Amino acid sequence: MEWETVIGLEIHTQLATKSKIFSGASTAYGAEPNTQACAVDLGLPGVLPVLNEEAVHKAVIFGMAIEAEIAPYSVFARKNYFYPDLPKGYQISQMELPIVGNGHLDIEVDGIMKRIGITRAHLEEDAGKSLHEDFHGLTGIDLNRAGTPLLEIVSEPDMRSAKEAVAYMKKLHELVRYLDICDGNMQEGSFRCDANVSVRPKGQKKYGTRAEIKNINSFKFVEKAINHEIERQIELIENGGRVIQETRLYDSVKDETRSMRSKEEANDYRYFPDPDLLPVLISEDYKTVVKAQLPELPQAKKHRFKDQYALDEENAAILTYSCQMADYFERVLKESGCEAKLCVNWITGELSAALNKAGLEIMDSPVGSERLAGLLARIRDNTISGKIAKQVFEEMWQSTATADEIIAAKGLKQITDTGAIEAIIDKIIADNPGQVEQYRSGKDKVFAFFVGQVMKEMQGKANPAEVNKMLKVKLNQ
Amino acid sequence: MHTKTLIELAQGLRSGEFSSVELTQIFLNRIKQHQHLNAYITVTEEAALQNAKAADVRLANGKAELLTGIPIAQKDIFCTLDVKTTCGSKMLDNFTAPYNATIVEKFNQAGAVMLGKLNMDEFAMGSSNETSYYGVVKNPWNTHTVPGGSSGGSAAAVAARLAVCATGTDTGGSIRQPAALCGITGLKPTYGRVSRYGMIAYASSLDQGGPMTHSAEDAAILLQTMAGFDEKDSTSVDCPVPDYRAGLNNSLAGLKIGLPKEFFGNGLSSNMAATLETAINEYRKLGAEIKEISMPNLKLAIPAYYVIAPAECSANLSRFDGVRYGYRCENPVDLTDLYTRSRGEGFGKEVKRRILMGTYALSAGYYDAYYIKAQKIRRLISEDFKNALAKVDVIMGPVTPTTAFGIGEKIGNPIEMYLSDIYTIAINLAGVPAMSIPAGFVAGMPVGLQIIGNYFAEDSLLNIAYQYQQVTDWHQHTPKGFE
Repeated sequence: MEWETVIGLEIHTQLATKSKIFSGASTAYGAEPNTQACAVDLGLPGVLPVLNEEAVHKAVIFGMAIEAEIAPYSVFARKNYFYPDLPKGYQISQMELPIVGNGHLDIEVDGIMKRIGITRAHLEEDAGKSLHEDFHGLTGIDLNRAGTPLLEIVSEPDMRSAKEAVAYMKKLHELVRYLDICDGNMQEGSFRCDANVSVRPKGQKKYGTRAEIKNINSFKFVEKAINHEIERQIELIENGGRVIQETRLYDSVKDETRSMRSKEEANDYRYFPDPDLLPVLISEDYKTVVKAQLPELPQAKKHRFKDQYALDEENAAILTYSCQMADYFERVLKESGCEAKLCVNWITGELSAALNKAGLEIMDSPVGSERLAGLLARIRDNTISGKIAKQVFEEMWQSTATADEIIAAKGLKQITDTGAIEAIIDKIIADNPGQVEQYRSGKDKVFAFFVGQVMKEMQGKANPAEVNKMLKVKLNQ
Repeated sequence: MHTKTLIELAQGLRSGEFSSVELTQIFLNRIKQHQHLNAYITVTEEAALQNAKAADVRLANGKAELLTGIPIAQKDIFCTLDVKTTCGSKMLDNFTAPYNATIVEKFNQAGAVMLGKLNMDEFAMGSSNETSYYGVVKNPWNTHTVPGGSSGGSAAAVAARLAVCATGTDTGGSIRQPAALCGITGLKPTYGRVSRYGMIAYASSLDQGGPMTHSAEDAAILLQTMAGFDEKDSTSVDCPVPDYRAGLNNSLAGLKIGLPKEFFGNGLSSNMAATLETAINEYRKLGAEIKEISMPNLKLAIPAYYVIAPAECSANLSRFDGVRYGYRCENPVDLTDLYTRSRGEGFGKEVKRRILMGTYALSAGYYDAYYIKAQKIRRLISEDFKNALAKVDVIMGPVTPTTAFGIGEKIGNPIEMYLSDIYTIAINLAGVPAMSIPAGFVAGMPVGLQIIGNYFAEDSLLNIAYQYQQVTDWHQHTPKGFE
């Protein structure tokens, strides 16, 4: 039988606010355990939550970017369950009236565009962390993360393969970073995914029973976990079994999912509106202001780059992968006065390679857009060759000097004095009569040997175009 | 000196007739002398004398406010920095908050001297103070009877002159009912008028702190300090706080008083009804017009309340899990054991009953039938009040069906106990302000008159109560043995 996979994703994005969603404590990652948890985060008796306006702002920005309905009236609810790292015994979340309603995101897989529906996105607080190691059989609890604002983004079951799911997740990841509402750091858990997976015979309308795979924290694992789950379900059904609705955990070490709890064992969360918080009212005026402040979105930016700078799909995609990358490119382009092609080659080539090697993001690049533009400008005006430029770039990576400073200090300025080049060419021709003979008898390949010899003699500082031109004249004499 | 009003004491402190230290010592001595009432859970003698000393300096410097140097006491539901806050529960017997409740902070700023923390029903759940882990409080008018609850310690302490005044909290009548049973003045402000920050939550959408005093004037002074927007409490309302004493002398001529016929039906004893009739006659003499009104949904208040309040409390009390603070069972074998035994051993019977009721009402499959239905009734009741208060200026009625009942009389029958709040609960559901003032005695036990006003009309309630207290002296009676 032919099977069809149905996938929906729930993605928790940590909103990049300075303080927590209901308290003034800092959200910075990596502090000593329990040093960033105030009385409200600890759930002490008598404390009350106060909503962080910035979290609402960021949720509205997101809603606008996916062209969603923004609820004029949304309500926080208590989700009740006991767990040691959940201090109040309930999580403040949104249930019936989330802040962001129906929206969508377009993805592209194998050159085909597809629209993925987003059912809703709601605000909630994160829980703390239970630490099971290093406590000699006891459990440690770190409440630094408790109260960190999350936007849970729930998709429609619109994806039909693990590949589509990953494309959607990447697209969303790119978007939240573009919007500057989430740092996107997956290792630190700023962007986490739960996947709902089911299979059904191709052509069947009714959905199969789904399993939810919890907390998958990388694009690679999402793909593997989903594919594994699809296989498990198909095998189960084909062997006469039945998929049960349950929560499963993906084990990346063993590359398998295993059951956490079934629907029967599932908690009854007893949601009800939180009486400590007022409903959130969003006015049309507020939406208008937020809309006006929205940055250019990735899709639009990519199209513009393709048109405006005559870039191919691949380069346009790389340069618009993040807002910072796109801005960097546009700054280099403007400041250097170079052609787009040269800038693209340098950014996607030398710079990207160096960043990758150092494990840095574009915003942390030791060579800022201004210095790179300075370097490319010297290529443009023939002060140095591309080859020398790479040498200068390496120096720049290690220092704070400008390209001009390095070129001057190291004497790398290109020789454009035709007299000097001519003298060298004459010498090389005189020293290599055999190769001259070969060239003149029609072996064109030998030409490269002459170029190499001249450049070597001139320590790479000769203008290659000039060398080519003059060599041709001399050899053909 | 202990029978003087707040204003008289404030004047005495200013004129140098006595110092705050002397005054505080008198009350500390009285607390010791009348320990058998069990009104206090914690007495902060040392801190009180220290603060009294500081208040005397402030008085000498002429920088005193009205409350500077006045000995007051806090219901043990308000968190106090460095002083144990138990909420009347074994669960918090070992708990000291690292912060002050907003109103405690405000009293400290005003220079009031805190004598200690007052007994109460466990987590404010009860109408007789019998659910307290620290034992029942005795009614100073008859020590075989209850003081009411949940602010039973506050009412008994003020009635017995073990504090000049006190704070209370009211979720379904917990200020007004004990005030009535102990013959003092109690005010439950409009929901949102007084900050709930640092006040341990029972039912968040109903809880409201307020003053418990001898007179309407004293209540006005306390409310002046307690009221106001607090950025730490999103449900506190940002609207101006009037000068509550400024309007006390306004004339009541032409005042329209509504008497809901539902308040004067079968449940009310004839003696009580006669006493209230006399009180209402006083208002007639003061120039008020009396009208009978009807509020048909009042009868639904108790069932709606006993869904909403337990539902909220079932979540509010989840934080008491033995993990971070409070009572923890001995040698838990695993997490479930830690939870079940800590909560099972730390909470009393009534608290457990309400957590169970609330959990049930919120459960899948029951939510719509109970919680949603109760919220709809709540809206109907609010409408009743809005409609009534469009026709009359205030509503009057009884606070309780009877005077104080005997200790042990109702504790075995929760339904009967719940019915003792039949006249007070609807007010919390609507969120309007209401007062209880002493209006006479039946068989030597105090009777309270309830005055219910419109949202944020505390000033008018205080004016109406004050005018009555100018022509009657019920509020000046002191129980025997406490003169």
